[in-house]
Amino acid sequence: MQLKTLNGDVAKAVGRGDGQARALSDLLVRDTPVAYAFIAPAFFLLLFLVAYPFVLSVWLSLSDARVGETGSFVGLENFQRLLTSSIFLQTLQNSIIFTAAALGAKTVFGMALALLLFRIGRFKRLIRGAVLLPFIVPTALSTLVWWWMFEPLYSVVNWTLKSLHIVSRDIPWLPDPYLAMFTVVLVNTWRGLPFFAITILAGLVAIPRELYEAAESDGAGPVSRFWHITVPLLKPVLGVVILFSAIFTLADFNIVYVLTKGGPMNMTHLFATYSFALGLQGGQISQGAAVSLFLFPILLIVVFTQLRMVRRATTYE
Amino acid sequence: MNSAARWARRIRPVFTLYVPVTPFVLFALFPLYFMLVTSFKKNAELYDVNAVPFLIGRGVTFGHYELLSKDTLFWSWFLNSLIVSLAATVISVVLGVLAAYPLARLKFPGANSFGVAIFVTYLVPPSLLFLPLSTVVARLGLSDSLWALVVTYPTFLVPFCTWLLMGYFRTVPKEIEECAMLDGCNRLQTLVRILLPVAVPGVICAALFAFTLSWNEFLYALVFVSPAELKTMTVGVFSELIRGDIYYWGGLMAGACIGSLPIVVAYVFFLDYYVSGLTAGAVK
Repeated sequence: MQLKTLNGDVAKAVGRGDGQARALSDLLVRDTPVAYAFIAPAFFLLLFLVAYPFVLSVWLSLSDARVGETGSFVGLENFQRLLTSSIFLQTLQNSIIFTAAALGAKTVFGMALALLLFRIGRFKRLIRGAVLLPFIVPTALSTLVWWWMFEPLYSVVNWTLKSLHIVSRDIPWLPDPYLAMFTVVLVNTWRGLPFFAITILAGLVAIPRELYEAAESDGAGPVSRFWHITVPLLKPVLGVVILFSAIFTLADFNIVYVLTKGGPMNMTHLFATYSFALGLQGGQISQGAAVSLFLFPILLIVVFTQLRMVRRATTYE
Repeated sequence: MNSAARWARRIRPVFTLYVPVTPFVLFALFPLYFMLVTSFKKNAELYDVNAVPFLIGRGVTFGHYELLSKDTLFWSWFLNSLIVSLAATVISVVLGVLAAYPLARLKFPGANSFGVAIFVTYLVPPSLLFLPLSTVVARLGLSDSLWALVVTYPTFLVPFCTWLLMGYFRTVPKEIEECAMLDGCNRLQTLVRILLPVAVPGVICAALFAFTLSWNEFLYALVFVSPAELKTMTVGVFSELIRGDIYYWGGLMAGACIGSLPIVVAYVFFLDYYVSGLTAGAVK
């Protein structure tokens, strides 16, 4: 948002100059050969290592290739087989539950944390720094400590619950399918919460103070100010954050792979971990590619919506 | 009466702000604290069901760190991570600067499509492409070498750096560049001598994020590189310290601590860059 406004200002400053200056600056921004030369390295990198692998992935999913064998075209057979496979249907269900639960938790708690961070004056930097930390520490490594915290025999969580006499026996966090899902959602929330909080905070800062002052003088209480000013004005930011996080939550690999490897009984498998298990550990690269391609429609939806939101934002400004 | 009101005003934030924020801070920090504490505990205490797990009760040990240094290839993994992350960061920032400049400054046919393409690849999660990429990496003859990672990490770093720098370049007024061009500088000279010095904060931000994302990467490193001595930090600690059913918890936590350290140090020094990069990444 801020960047866009600045762009507008620059454009205005340029426009204010006389016609000659405008023609000159227009001439200066037209330099197609240079533009292509500058873009070429990035373009070819993305062409060979993103676009080509994507096409390859579509081809693999339509073939019967195995690791080390090229395979031949089999049409939609892989997808048909997946949609009748109970493990895949379980994976589909897990993915929906995992993404919905983690996004819900991150949105609600991220909003709460952002509202607190926004009003905190003393120790601001220290507190912000502390709550942001889970996001930058390597996930594969921080998930190890969560694993240790939920380890069946020496779990610090169980130790605490037992010491407080909340439970009398150890809770089987990771061996139990439902608790295992809860645990992976918890760890994903732990890691993703800072991103939500900090981005929502940036959105809060951008809301003009005058609106709150006006509402307050009209007698609106804090709750109604939250619902009638904060929430509507945060909607664009919230939309972007949720959409953005939806892709990366749905595509999560590290947390599930480290904590449960998709188990117990495939109850925490997501597309990424199941695709890994099928394609690499099972050698059925074509089936694995078909599984990971299920991420693509979601990606398309998110890209489409975000681009539309960005366009709408620019036209209304 | 007056002083009571003033006192109430001063004490109120403690209950409305600092008390409610405490659970969030504890939630964020406890696992990291527990990582540190575990890595310094003696095994006898670590595996004692009755010992208080929160503190070190029976003396500090550096045994787990010694095990890590002597019995594993830990420092090789550390070095591998460092080499890969630095190389991928340099490549990605250079390509990102080059691609961001025309997108932010120039009018050319296809500018819009390329911008959209950058945006789309920025959103592609690594788990969508790791299988076909492993085929591509194998065909290029890069399997089981650090080059596999140096080449593939930029696929998610370049879009991020380009996106971030494009936004940053647009905030820099272009009048100085125009003057430089009129004085006979070519585009590359203008970019390097005029724009980049002004855009240093944006470049630092892009480099920090590129380094952090490379250092933290797990899936590609797990899939593309299998010899133990070529593993990166994240994969090495995870796969070489768990042998069958035996978990070296002390060693795992020690590895996790040292593995997180470079990023945490960078983070402490450049907190503001991380915050701005994080929000710029999503809020355009």
